[in-house]
Amino acid sequence: MPLYHNDDQAMLKDSVAPFVAEQAPVLHLRKLRDEADATGFSRDLWAQFTEMGLPGMLVPEAHGGLGMGHMEAGIVLEEIGRNLTPSPFLATSVGAVAALAKAGGTQAGRWLPAIASGEAIIALAIDEGAKHRPDRIATTATRAGNGFRLDGKKSFVLHGHVADMSIVAAKTDGGITLFAVPKDAKGVTADPRRLVDSSLASHVTLDGVEVDADAVIGEVDAGGEILDALLAATRTGAAAEMVGVGQGAMDMTVTYLKERKQFGKLIGEFQGLQHRAAHLYGEMEVARATVMKAQQLLDEGSEGAKLMVSVAKAKAGRAANLAVREGVQMHGGIGMTDEYDIGLYMKRDRALAEYMGDVHYHIDQVARMNGY
Amino acid sequence: MSDLDAFRAEVRAWLETNCPPEMREPVREEGDVCWGGRNWEFKNEAQKQWLEACVAKGYTVPDWPKPYGGAGLSPEETKVLKQEMKRINARSPLDSFGIWMLGPALLKFGTEEQKVHYLNPIARGEIRWCQGYSEPGSGSDLVSLQTFGEDKGDHWVVNGSKIWTSYADKADWIFCLVRTDKANKYQGITFMLFDMASKGVTTKPILLISGNSPFCETFFDDVEVPKTQYIGEINRGWDVAKYLLGHEREMISGGGAGGDMVSIGALFAKSLGKNDHGELDDPILRAEMAAFDVDVFAYRAMGERFMDMWKTGRAHPASSNMMKYVGTELNKRRHELVMSGGGSEALEWDSEETKGGARARGWLRTKANSIEGGTSEVMLNVIAKRILDLPGA
Ligand SMILES: Cc1cc2nc3c(=O)[nH]c(=O)nc-3n(C[C@H](O)[C@H](O)[C@H](O)COP(=O)(O)OP(=O)(O)OC[C@H]3O[C@@H](n4cnc5c(N)ncnc54)[C@H](O)[C@@H]3O)c2cc1C
Ligand SMILES: Cc1cc2nc3c(=O)[nH]c(=O)nc-3n(C[C@H](O)[C@H](O)[C@H](O)COP(=O)(O)OP(=O)(O)OC[C@H]3O[C@@H](n4cnc5c(N)ncnc54)[C@H](O)[C@@H]3O)c2cc1C
Repeated sequence: MPLYHNDDQAMLKDSVAPFVAEQAPVLHLRKLRDEADATGFSRDLWAQFTEMGLPGMLVPEAHGGLGMGHMEAGIVLEEIGRNLTPSPFLATSVGAVAALAKAGGTQAGRWLPAIASGEAIIALAIDEGAKHRPDRIATTATRAGNGFRLDGKKSFVLHGHVADMSIVAAKTDGGITLFAVPKDAKGVTADPRRLVDSSLASHVTLDGVEVDADAVIGEVDAGGEILDALLAATRTGAAAEMVGVGQGAMDMTVTYLKERKQFGKLIGEFQGLQHRAAHLYGEMEVARATVMKAQQLLDEGSEGAKLMVSVAKAKAGRAANLAVREGVQMHGGIGMTDEYDIGLYMKRDRALAEYMGDVHYHIDQVARMNGY
Repeated sequence: MSDLDAFRAEVRAWLETNCPPEMREPVREEGDVCWGGRNWEFKNEAQKQWLEACVAKGYTVPDWPKPYGGAGLSPEETKVLKQEMKRINARSPLDSFGIWMLGPALLKFGTEEQKVHYLNPIARGEIRWCQGYSEPGSGSDLVSLQTFGEDKGDHWVVNGSKIWTSYADKADWIFCLVRTDKANKYQGITFMLFDMASKGVTTKPILLISGNSPFCETFFDDVEVPKTQYIGEINRGWDVAKYLLGHEREMISGGGAGGDMVSIGALFAKSLGKNDHGELDDPILRAEMAAFDVDVFAYRAMGERFMDMWKTGRAHPASSNMMKYVGTELNKRRHELVMSGGGSEALEWDSEETKGGARARGWLRTKANSIEGGTSEVMLNVIAKRILDLPGA
């Protein structure tokens, strides 16, 4: 498979890009923010996503989805990033689907069709502190009755307060186990916090939450592999979204360089700015290629995928961060104003950078995977 | 089994019988690289055998058409061949400016007769070429070049001098930019080819900061060049020159990925030692090496995407400038880390254990990567102008 979009993928892009740009441009985010929307995203927009078949892109055909791959999901995520579209797509349609499809069984049969039909929003309750450390999960699941009892605290749970189901990672006697915890389970409280990018993420408390044995996703104690699949998919997806954010910021900036005049010249004529813009272009291109490589390896089920996923999250993190910083700087004073969009890109980038492991986390992972 | 899988199996079997074990070792010193040419002395029998086997199969230039010495492979097959060679760490059978630079220009701009005449000896490693572009007053501003060819009917008489001509003293022929019309800056340059043994050609080596002198000043004193020995059109050599530079950059940028697949941190973990957590002992160096590894893996993905797009005509024509810029800056970073990781050992200049200060000399040599073939600043100028379309650039 070559590292560019084939005809089918290019067609997908040609339909998704104008759709997202028209239905959910940055203005859409502003509106939700200014109205202090309590959901964090638009149900109407999600219904439109559903009409286009997007929520179930990665859901296997047997469960009512389109059975597509990460390369295709990345196309949607890049447009979501470029337009700063608030959406449960990443957590629900990429992260949760990857876990459920890998696990199979009851929970997959229950939730995958609901995701494909746009009915279910899923949250991923993995992290427990301010930094992503999935190897330090302290939430416990102890056997109780004919099921389990969950206790612990989760943080940074996107859509946690509105999700129909949350995938909760917990420690069991012999390892990690993933649970499908439905919205109305007793003992779950989700406390949504508004983040810098206007999205809502919850602190979730699990206080003696009782679930049936069949709430287990996959097998007891064997959640590690499923969690890995969830993380790989979500990290790659977040990287693709960051490429969109970075590209959106870079495009705005390059356009501005061609319009703004100072010292009797277009500022884009100054070599000091040209070189920085050209350097940024190179970094963005490399990041894009890297994310595509990670998507390709994931789709092939290749052994090298894990390393490349961390490389992609780190590289996209660096490149998008450069794009938003240069974006604000090269816009001068206007870049600092709320009215102008470039600052919103900076905010979104910050949130995505933390999501599922920041640049440093993934650089460290690369060192570990290489044995040093 | 798909055709490509069948081809892979075929290549694998061929390599198994034809690539000598001595040629499955990383290149360690200058003599390990085979440059060919009239005066070439093979380092050992294996180097000779390996070249001959590849020549017979067309594998020195696998994607060139068969009549010109290639194997006529498709882009996909070429990729498979490269992957399979990499898999067994096979050395390149032949390194050559003819293959990397002149060949592609001839394939695009040469007449049928020229292609047959010049490409076959390149593919067989019989004629070694050097590149006469830069002049003392014309580096980045190459188009200002002054070396002049006076029209004498059936030949030109060339006078002037070139500088930084890599391997001029070892090359058999030169491809050279010569002004043939003083009134016209861009459309007054002709792309000429001539024998370095021609009367009036002299070379003088220049010592580099690495202590080596792989290149020369080159002087032309009434050199006669027959009017048949030019590529493209007379006075339109600039088009050929620019096309060729694209390929030169592609070649130079390859260095960034750094040949073998070993990560730099893994390489140094052995010599620097690990702490109780199994981490490289110097935490700051570990972080820098890991950040570098990320960039290397990322750049490799970019290289693959660039080649996939380039070979199918999807790449922006100026994207080779971006590859050159990113790749060469990366390679310089690699060698900075190699020096840090090597510590005082890497400082040694001529001891036997360090193979004559190979690390220090290699580090110094890489500083030229962001100069040769066009400087990083010039690459950024081209990206700004041609890709980002910034004004007045
Ligand atoms: C928070 C804040 C408070 C401020 N307070 C005050 C105040 O109290 N009083 C006041 O008068 N002003 C104030 N300013 C305005 C401030 O001085 C200007 O924003 C600043 O001088 C930049 O001008 P500009 O915004 O027009 O950007 P531009 O001049 O349009 O610059 C845009 C970009 O082009 C670059 N650029 C411009 N010219 C060149 C060049 N020749 N070479 C290379 N790059 C170039 C700039 O560095 C910048 O990156 C404030 C601004 C901010 C953000
Ligand atoms: C190891 C090595 C091998 C080489 N091999 C060959 C060869 O085989 N054949 C051959 O013909 N040439 C060869 N070269 C020459 C090489 O192509 C030139 O050195 C290169 O093009 C730069 O030209 P210059 O050295 O004259 O530097 P200059 O053009 O004088 O540049 C000096 C500095 O100014 C900067 N600069 C110049 N113009 C601009 C601008 N417009 N904007 C911003 N910055 C600018 C440059 O980036 C550089 O940093 C080789 C060079 C090296 C180092």
